[in-house]
Amino acid sequence: MRKVAVVGVGETRFSGAQEKTEVELFAEAASDALKESNLKPKDIQALFMGNVLGDFSEGQGMVQSFAAENIGCFNIPANRYEGACASSSMAVRDAFVWVASGFYDIVLAGGTERAATMGTPLATRTFAMFSDSRYEFPSGITFPGVFALLAHLYAANYGIPLERLREQLAKVSIQSYKYGNLNPKAHFYGKYADLTVDKVLSSFMVASPLTLHDCCPFSDGAAAVVLTSEDVAKKLTNKPVYIIGVGQASSGPLMNQQEYLPRLRAREISSKQAYSMAGVKPQDIDICELHDCFSIASLIAAEGMGFFEFGTSGEAWEKGKADIGGQIAINPSGGLKAKGHAIGATGAGQVYEIVEQLRGEVEEGRQVEGAKIGMTDTLGGEAGTLVNLILQRGW
Amino acid sequence: MEYKLTFKEYSEALKKNILLGLKCKDCSAITVPPKMACRSCTSTKLETVELKGNGKIRTFTAVYVAPEGRENETPYTIVLVELDDGPWIMGNLIDIDPSEVTMELIGKRVRMTHKVFPGDKYSAGGAARPLFSFEKQ
Repeated sequence: MRKVAVVGVGETRFSGAQEKTEVELFAEAASDALKESNLKPKDIQALFMGNVLGDFSEGQGMVQSFAAENIGCFNIPANRYEGACASSSMAVRDAFVWVASGFYDIVLAGGTERAATMGTPLATRTFAMFSDSRYEFPSGITFPGVFALLAHLYAANYGIPLERLREQLAKVSIQSYKYGNLNPKAHFYGKYADLTVDKVLSSFMVASPLTLHDCCPFSDGAAAVVLTSEDVAKKLTNKPVYIIGVGQASSGPLMNQQEYLPRLRAREISSKQAYSMAGVKPQDIDICELHDCFSIASLIAAEGMGFFEFGTSGEAWEKGKADIGGQIAINPSGGLKAKGHAIGATGAGQVYEIVEQLRGEVEEGRQVEGAKIGMTDTLGGEAGTLVNLILQRGW
Repeated sequence: MEYKLTFKEYSEALKKNILLGLKCKDCSAITVPPKMACRSCTSTKLETVELKGNGKIRTFTAVYVAPEGRENETPYTIVLVELDDGPWIMGNLIDIDPSEVTMELIGKRVRMTHKVFPGDKYSAGGAARPLFSFEKQ
């Protein structure tokens, strides 16, 4: 396999409902990524793109072909990836595989979504499509409901009093909002810097024990990254970021994961693949953008990737171990909870953040100084899809 | 290979308060909801069996924000129940006000009946789902 580099990245702001189309959003992110890469549209050999709910939000299917044509990548193969919230991480991973294999030299990957445009009722309905439609949805399961079930199970399994866990979860949200407040691309940029534990706990209940501020927002947005072979990368940039490890795994319905819960086996398999390929260990990771769709999801993710012992992540967050300057900097972008969750774009957005961090190009106050190795973690549905990527500074 | 126990057959039986599952002829494990392959050993030598539907609550949540079209059902309680036969299954819990659910629910014994979700424009029809109530002491 050949080495593969990220040579350029682009991202729109993640936001609430706005009026640009999914194609327009992606075109803005992609054109920024191409410009950074010193490439023209004709140089792109294929487009791999995450988009989950465009059929519902805009009545637009097969958006990837229109997106390719829109940015001037005429007639190239264009693939759409749908792995719920992990879609664009699947796209980036597949782009990696195709370039590593030698089939392509230059691939554009990314994603676009208008989750906020759908509004909460339709978004809640469509997000529930990533649970089992026959055997789970009839009970009225929602995406927050899935993680609420895991939160109570987490408290029971690890013997943590629920009130104590809820305070820890509130502190996870507060850390997310602290960095989202500083990130101009974040849905909650300039907001919620004054969030307190009391405010989190007293915001309205979505699915017990998770309140509004335990949950990510539905966001609109797009992100794009250009992947090339090492040879091509060296001609284009003096700051290539190499993808040194990738992993992906799947799972069936939540209830079929049963006694393994609240651990998510797909993440443990996926991250192990990525570590093994990269030849690194969890303690080698300087920064991680992980899938914190809900505050409890942060704890489960950090443990599944091996950053903290099972059942101890809440304490780790409280002690600053998951903060910049701690054991590992987790979600200095603000994560899904504060940067936002434009589902089909979220994974590529995580890659965008890691690349900017490794280059030392993010805003003061949320830059992880000297970071060399970064990791992404993206979860689709009830861990139906799980993707991990490990990236390393190439200079 | 013919699918042994389809969703439609499962759902129709549940409407009569009969919980159907699959018993593996190779390893005896019970699989429910039904699948092509045994959840334990992946054998496809499965026979349809009637299960009791009793078990204990492993986790729960009270849902306050519903999917589009189901707003009038809120609040409602969802539980994951570990059946005495082994598998975990998702359903709703009655017998308790959703605003009063606490961690004390975990471990409580329950028995199963059913309730029908009539379906919406995306669901390709309706479906019966498990409805749990507390076992009488």
